Amino acid sequence: MKEHETLEQRLGEQGVSRRAFLKFCAALATMMALPPSSAGAIAAALSQAKRPSVIWLSFQECTGCTESLTRSHSPTLESLIFDMISLDYHHTLQAASGHAAEQARDEAMKAFYGKYLLLVDGSIPLKDGGVYSTIAGRTNLDMLEEAAKGAAAIVAVGSCAAFGGLPNAQPNPTGAVAVSDIVRDKPIVNISGCPPIPSVITGVLAHYLTFGELPALDELGRPKAFYGETIHDRCYRRPFYDQGKFAKTFDDEGARNGWCLYELGCKGPTTHNACATTKWNGGAGFPIEAGHGCIGCSEPKFWDAGSFYTPLSAPAADVAAVAQVSMIAGAGAAVAMGALDRAKKQKLQQSREKLTVADLKGD
Amino acid sequence: MDAQELLIWVRGTGLQIAAAVFVLGMSYRMLHLLLIGRKKSLAEARGSEWAGGLRTMWQRNFVLPRLSPRGRFTFVAGYVFHLGFFVTLFFLSQHIALFRAVFGFGWPALPRGAIDISAVLALAAMVALLAHRLVDPVKRLLSDYQDYLTWALSFLPLLTGFMLLREIAFEYVTLLTLHIASVELLLIAAPFTNLAHMFSTFISRWYNGAVMGFKGIQT
Repeated sequence: MKEHETLEQRLGEQGVSRRAFLKFCAALATMMALPPSSAGAIAAALSQAKRPSVIWLSFQECTGCTESLTRSHSPTLESLIFDMISLDYHHTLQAASGHAAEQARDEAMKAFYGKYLLLVDGSIPLKDGGVYSTIAGRTNLDMLEEAAKGAAAIVAVGSCAAFGGLPNAQPNPTGAVAVSDIVRDKPIVNISGCPPIPSVITGVLAHYLTFGELPALDELGRPKAFYGETIHDRCYRRPFYDQGKFAKTFDDEGARNGWCLYELGCKGPTTHNACATTKWNGGAGFPIEAGHGCIGCSEPKFWDAGSFYTPLSAPAADVAAVAQVSMIAGAGAAVAMGALDRAKKQKLQQSREKLTVADLKGD
Repeated sequence: MDAQELLIWVRGTGLQIAAAVFVLGMSYRMLHLLLIGRKKSLAEARGSEWAGGLRTMWQRNFVLPRLSPRGRFTFVAGYVFHLGFFVTLFFLSQHIALFRAVFGFGWPALPRGAIDISAVLALAAMVALLAHRLVDPVKRLLSDYQDYLTWALSFLPLLTGFMLLREIAFEYVTLLTLHIASVELLLIAAPFTNLAHMFSTFISRWYNGAVMGFKGIQT
């Protein structure tokens, strides 16, 4: 893509009409809970937007986030929007390798210093000097700190970059942390999820291109437009929860009737994400529609929250074993104290001076 | 620690601590109580200790007609609270899922409507009992801090549970954390306060009945 091209020109070249583009902007405005009138503003801003430089750093991750973004459904306006950014460095997607790849990153960082967007997926290992994940001989920590200095803003894509994710799960052998644990002086937006919803990634990028700033964020740094409500709030099975109708197994009558999956471990009530509204695979559905409970992947520490199949009302740790040990200890203590009491009583009885008739007479 | 981490803690480590304190404290207290035993009577009783004990355990459920109006209010409101509390605790589907996870077995749940009624009745009875305790001069004089503490410890799980099912005032994650934490406080306090009556009530009823059933010695 030529450097001076705008999005509208680019979309026109790809056969996307202006009408389709406006429709997309209206959908984007709705999705991000912006007023309908802002669709025009988005269209105007996006159509004139120049492609910003984006550097995508992949650390301790599984590439699922990139897969989500690039393979979810193709080709769409979202993927074309993604084309609109100048992705100057991305391990998986770039053709260059080795020194050439690292050189591209260095050049982009110098050329767009203070202006480029830094996208990060994967957590950063800190233990043992960060040796558990290195790129071109440099630790992830070193690379992130260098790249963050010149970034206008940072987007932490996926739960690993946002909250530490799987590498951070107990016992966290690599000392993995989130981007926000390292970078404190730059605006960071967390797009959590394992993986995150592709349209949420593109939505945040579009917001940045339109307004020149990151969207409103919740207390965990996630865009409120997508993470403002829980899966449970927007779940189509919610009426069954309110009626107390729950599937007990994955193949019982309740499951066939589409009843609530709470007792099968659904974490929808405590999970903030847009799955139930935005959905996946071009709107085809989301996990609960496929008959499986939400696993809570867009929340911190979701790997450590007990089994995916344990209901939220049940303990996340082994309470029965603790209770058994406690009962034995309590009973043992009671028996020991009972024996002490008995011994004390016997001792007192033995040492008791017997009252005689003579005592009573006062002789 | 964010909201999710706090929830994980109360569902995991916090619950383990509460369960350990509750089970250890309660098994110690009850067994120790029983091991104190009673002094062996060398004389043959005229009545029967066991018959008297068991009869009193049953008959104390039906003392309403013999009570003063004040006692009747306490009795009725107390029953409404206890029944509402038990139905809510043992027949809400989410609670049965908890028992199934801990004990390995469950039982059928009551419909949500029935649980709603039982929870509201229990809450209303508790508020009425507290008001009565504060208004009635004799009850107020007899009450100490522990009575108010155990009232609060029993009231909070019901209140937070009711709010949780409807997501009133706070988010689900916050309400679930508060609900579980309030239950944990109840469990931790139970062995060391008058809440221990949940296990000792029938022991003390039997004791009173047994003493009365002795009826002196045979002649």
